[in-house]
Amino acid sequence: MSETAAATFAAAPAKPDTPRSAVTEGRAVRWTLTAIAIVFLALFLVLPLATVFVQALSKGFETYIATFREPDALSAVRLTLIVAAIAVPFNLVFGIAASWAIAKFEFAGKSLLVTLIDLPFSVSPVVSGLIYVLVFSAQGVFGAFFVQHGIQILFALPGIVLATIFVTFPFVARELIPLMQEQGTAEEEAALTLGASGLWAFLTVTLPNIRWGLLYSVLLCNARAMGEFGAVSVVSGHIRGLTNTIPLHVEILYNEYNFVAAFAVASLLAGLALVTLLIKSILEWRYAGELAAGGRH
Amino acid sequence: MTVSTKPRWRAKPRWRFRQPSVLPGFGITFGYTILCLSLVVLIPLGALVVRSSRLGLSGIWEVASDPRVASALKISFGVSLLAALTASVFGFLVAWVLTRYRFPGRRIVDAVVDLPFALPTAVAGIALAQVYAPNGIVGAQLEKIGIKAAYTPLGIFIAMVFIGLPFAVRTVQPLIAEIDKEVEEASATLGASRRATLWKVVLPPLIPAVLTGFALAFARGVGEYGSIIFIAGNLPYVSEIAPLLIVIKLSEYDYAGAAAIATIMLGISFLTLLAINLIQAWSRRRFGYV
Repeated sequence: MSETAAATFAAAPAKPDTPRSAVTEGRAVRWTLTAIAIVFLALFLVLPLATVFVQALSKGFETYIATFREPDALSAVRLTLIVAAIAVPFNLVFGIAASWAIAKFEFAGKSLLVTLIDLPFSVSPVVSGLIYVLVFSAQGVFGAFFVQHGIQILFALPGIVLATIFVTFPFVARELIPLMQEQGTAEEEAALTLGASGLWAFLTVTLPNIRWGLLYSVLLCNARAMGEFGAVSVVSGHIRGLTNTIPLHVEILYNEYNFVAAFAVASLLAGLALVTLLIKSILEWRYAGELAAGGRH
Repeated sequence: MTVSTKPRWRAKPRWRFRQPSVLPGFGITFGYTILCLSLVVLIPLGALVVRSSRLGLSGIWEVASDPRVASALKISFGVSLLAALTASVFGFLVAWVLTRYRFPGRRIVDAVVDLPFALPTAVAGIALAQVYAPNGIVGAQLEKIGIKAAYTPLGIFIAMVFIGLPFAVRTVQPLIAEIDKEVEEASATLGASRRATLWKVVLPPLIPAVLTGFALAFARGVGEYGSIIFIAGNLPYVSEIAPLLIVIKLSEYDYAGAAAIATIMLGISFLTLLAINLIQAWSRRRFGYV
């Protein structure tokens, strides 16, 4: 992203006899600032991450593995996978539809629509869960209807899925809208002129153009969907072995002072985060041009 | 009354909802977008609005003036303000070092900045609690000099800096990369010291981005739940945050109370968003970019 621009600014070659460049700080200042930044990041970000793995393995590998033989842990993993398997494709389809409508057409009220799609990012996770409780609780807006028909939404899978969809709602659209806007409509128009149908033009022209951005956003969406805690915690009801996702299971184990098991289960999510960061970084280095520039998370 | 008899030479272009385009699929994708948006976001958020409007302003005020709620709100907003300030200062430093200096492992350090985005909040929460607990790696050292980090408001502060940092770094970083080198050269040629160049030439155009990053980190800190509750200790009146109080009210089936606190928090994050937009509008006028 900033590679070429930053390279221009590369500090002057650090030979002792070179006169100091006028457009960078002195060597001592550079080194001090770099050291402060690295120590700060190590202390604040890397140390907690390392702690997860150290604690998880503190009673040996056997104990670590044994944590995952627990039926409650297994059911938490299963529930998390199910929730992500529903929420991520939903947001993928929504994101593609929304970005097609918003990026390829000009219409009134567009920026309002984009703001509304972004809304879930600025809502506290706990409030995200709360709003579904208000809608679906027995005295809620639609709650009575679902209760009458015996459909359980809250404290069950549907509620967890809905809350997860809400917190990950903007991920795909947010990445694809600026990307598709940058690419314009000329290529699709050419395809249509040459006789392609709309769907065919989308599949063979648009989709290949946005594939890396799509992968990038699905990756981030999935990481958040599997790791969401606050919103899911509010709607799940914490029924052990039934409505506990991995993060909620971590919380229960931790509050029972079962620290090794808590960190062992947490290490699954930490591993997922590391893999996500790795693939994300690779995509940013190799396909920077095919991702939306400066996308906010 | 005078009636204009002048012929209208040019008819005003008819207002259209959508500009014409040869591309197909607007209707179905737009409709689907609106449908999803309504079901997932608008109707549930509407439920909150309905619920709190039933309370009325006086009802919300009554909940907010409850001493426990008031102190939770004060802690959430106060600590988040301090944490966002800290995150902005260090975030700027990290962004500067990452874009301006070359050093081995720079790309890894750059990737590490996104860790709080990727790491689930509950995992971050128990890890931070472990590190800063009295028997933790950092916590034990702090204990020696008489500072209690975990289970105090300082713990909340640490967790909020943790989650706010990437916002502070990532909003400033692209702008530092875009600074025109020639401006700095000109400043140096005209005899300015490096310090004067930094203060008077480099920093001023970056202020809007720093403010935006600050506002984003602040908003995130106020709403944050998962990474805070493990390290906070959650003592009422001392280290209890507003989102936790919502959860407590919900578990007591006090939906009205929960909705009132949520409305206050939403109102303030709405104001923060508005502030961000104003900063960006001002920046666009003043500097020509966001």
